[in-house]
Amino acid sequence: MHKYIYMLIVIVTIALIRVLPVTLIRKKIDNRFIRSFLYYVPYVTLAVMTFPAIMEATESPVAGAVALVCGIVAAWLGLGLFPVSIICCLVVFVLEFIL
Amino acid sequence: MNKKQAFLNGLRDGIPIGLGYYAVAFSLGIIARKAGLNAIEGFFNSLLARASAGEYAGLTMILTHATIVETFLVSFITNARYMLMTTALSQRFSTDTSVFKRIAVAFCMTDEIFGATIARPGYVIPQYTYGLTAIAAPLWGLGTASGIIAGGIMPARAVSALSVALYGMFIAIIIPPARRERPVLICVIVSFLLSYLCSDSCALPIPYVQEISTGTRTIILTVLISAVAALVAPVKEEDPEDA
Repeated sequence: MHKYIYMLIVIVTIALIRVLPVTLIRKKIDNRFIRSFLYYVPYVTLAVMTFPAIMEATESPVAGAVALVCGIVAAWLGLGLFPVSIICCLVVFVLEFIL
Repeated sequence: MNKKQAFLNGLRDGIPIGLGYYAVAFSLGIIARKAGLNAIEGFFNSLLARASAGEYAGLTMILTHATIVETFLVSFITNARYMLMTTALSQRFSTDTSVFKRIAVAFCMTDEIFGATIARPGYVIPQYTYGLTAIAAPLWGLGTASGIIAGGIMPARAVSALSVALYGMFIAIIIPPARRERPVLICVIVSFLLSYLCSDSCALPIPYVQEISTGTRTIILTVLISAVAALVAPVKEEDPEDA
């Protein structure tokens, strides 16, 4: 399948996901199970995509694992998206230099 | 506040968001390069999609030669949170906001732009959100294009280091709510654990699971874990804000 087909599917799907609720759902979703399910989905999917993929993205899996731990600690302490990303990058850069 | 002032405020507040985007999109560009996108394709792909996890998942689909159905389902799952955001957003429009403006504002939503939009008290001012997007979205696209170009000339070690920026952003999104709420924390731990057990890195592979593609594994695990979490720990009824 051509890459443009993939890009098109992704772009159109994301656009519809963003736009449909404000046009279709004028009322609140009452079903508690659906609301709960939708609440957990973003966190679960990001967690699933982060580990163990972060260890496969780096040249040394150990560096990826340490970056994950450092990122979690930094985010736990309240740092934002940008600082946490930078810390993860620096950890990998330094560790792969030493290892 | 008049519309022009709101737009200018949006531009101003969009600068820090955009700079963060540029850095993170750079690592997305490295993956986009692997998937065979050139700088111009990467720029427009990012400009139109504006989704870190969603774009990353889409690029993975190209790399793994996924099917149309898989690509659609993975896009849907990885971006489902925007549905929650724009559902919340729909409650914040003044009644005289036109359908066109509602759609335009909803189309702009990303984690950070949603945060900035919703953080302002009162009704949503569409021009403010347009301002945020006018500065942040091109920087997201430029970051991707830069990653595609520089990914090829940078030393492998630097590429390796930058490729975790995206995961850093994912971590920064999931950890604060995990710290606040016990069910989210348990969800994250279980997700890490099951994702590892089902992965190719696992020391003790589960029979048949390795034959399922990465994208499908992500969908199955997400639906399974979220459904169990919704049954075991349903969210509290919302504040009495609907009149």
